[in-house]
Amino acid sequence: MILKKNAIAGTLESSDAQIIIEPSHNGIELFIRSTVMGQYGKQIRAMVLKTLERLGVENAKVTVVDKGALDCTIKARVECAVFRAAEIKENLPWGVRI
Amino acid sequence: MKNRLRRTMMFLNAHKASLVKDPYVYKPDSIIFDLEDAVAENQKDSARIALYNALKSIDYKGIELVVRINGLDTPHFKEDIRAAVAGGIHTVRVPKTESPEDIFTAEKEIEKAEQEFGVEVGKTLMMGAIETPLGVIKAYDIAKSSQRLMGISFGAGDFVRTMRTTRSQEGLELLAARTQVVLAARAAGIMCFDTVYTDVDNIEGFINEVKLIKQLGFDGKSIINPKQIPIIHQIFAPTQAEIRAAEKSIRTINEYAKDGIGVFTVDGQMLDIAMLEGAKRMIELAKASGIYEGDL
Repeated sequence: MILKKNAIAGTLESSDAQIIIEPSHNGIELFIRSTVMGQYGKQIRAMVLKTLERLGVENAKVTVVDKGALDCTIKARVECAVFRAAEIKENLPWGVRI
Repeated sequence: MKNRLRRTMMFLNAHKASLVKDPYVYKPDSIIFDLEDAVAENQKDSARIALYNALKSIDYKGIELVVRINGLDTPHFKEDIRAAVAGGIHTVRVPKTESPEDIFTAEKEIEKAEQEFGVEVGKTLMMGAIETPLGVIKAYDIAKSSQRLMGISFGAGDFVRTMRTTRSQEGLELLAARTQVVLAARAAGIMCFDTVYTDVDNIEGFINEVKLIKQLGFDGKSIINPKQIPIIHQIFAPTQAEIRAAEKSIRTINEYAKDGIGVFTVDGQMLDIAMLEGAKRMIELAKASGIYEGDL
C-alpha cells in the first residue's frame, strides 16, 4: 500500500495509543514510547510490524506513543493511520487485510 | 437470539479504547457501541476500525453486542454496517427511523454485508430507534416491517427538540410517545426499550422513571452510565410474592389444562390459559435476576 501523506490516529488517553505515520523510502522505521515499555515493548513492536505487513506497507516512518493499549487497540490505530495516509475511506478490506 | 433479556442496553463510545476494553464487568444485558452521536465527525473512520477489532478480539462474555450506526442520511452508515457485520455484531440499531423504508434501506445493506463476509443471511438482528414525532406516528408500521427486528426503542433527545419542548422530571411530555411506541411494539410482537436518563447523579429521579417505564410495559432501557445498571435490574426483578404467584399459576394452569378446563379461580383471582406466558416470563426473569430458588 502506498502512503500519500502524513497521518495520525488514536489518542494519548489511558488504554489508547497514538500512531503517527509518514511516507518514507527507507523501509519501516519504527519508534515506540510506552508506559509499559519494559513489559510489553516487544509485543507492541511485533503487533505494529505484523499489522503493517498485512496491509502491505513496506516503507514508512512510524511513531507509536502507547498508553497501555490492548493489542487490538494498537492494531486498530495503526490500521486507521495507514488508511488515512493512503487516503482510503470506503470499502475497507474487513476480514481480509484488517 | 431474538428473544432474550434486555433490561439494560449500555451505550459506549466505540472510539474510546478505555470504554471498549471491558464493559462486561458491569454486566449489562446488551452493549451498544455508538458510532453516531458520541463520535466526532473526524473520528468516524477510527471508531469503525476500533469497533471491528474489538469485536474480533475481545470476549464480551455472552453479552448482546449492538452497534448504533450513523444516520441513513450520512455518508457513513454503509461502511458502519460492513465493519459491524464483518466483525460479527449481533444487532444493528438504526437511528431516527421514520418509516418502514428506513428499515428496508438498512436491511438491504446488512444483507449485502452478510453475503460479502460469509455471515448467514438473516442472522444479524435489527432494532429501530424512534426519535421523532413522525417516527412515533409510524411506530407500528416500523415495528412490523422486518423479521430481523427484535425491538424498537424510544429516544427522547431529538423527540423533545422536534416537539419544541423540554424533558421534565415527571416525563409528561413523553407519555403519549412512550405509550404509542410500546403499544406498537406489543402489537407487532417485538420488544420495546425506553430512552436514556441523562441526569446521572439524580438517582431518585432515575428510580421513578424506571418504575414508570416498567409499569408502561417496556422491556428495558438504554443507559449511559454503569451505575444505572443495578438499579434497573433490581426494579425489574420480580418480588418473592410475584414469583410464588407465577409458580402457582403455572402449576394450576397445567393441572386444569389436563382436565380440559381453561378458566378457573385461584386465591380469588380468575386465571386462564392466556396468563401462562406471563407467568413463565416472570419465572425466567427471576432466574435471570439470580433470585429464583424454585424447581420450574
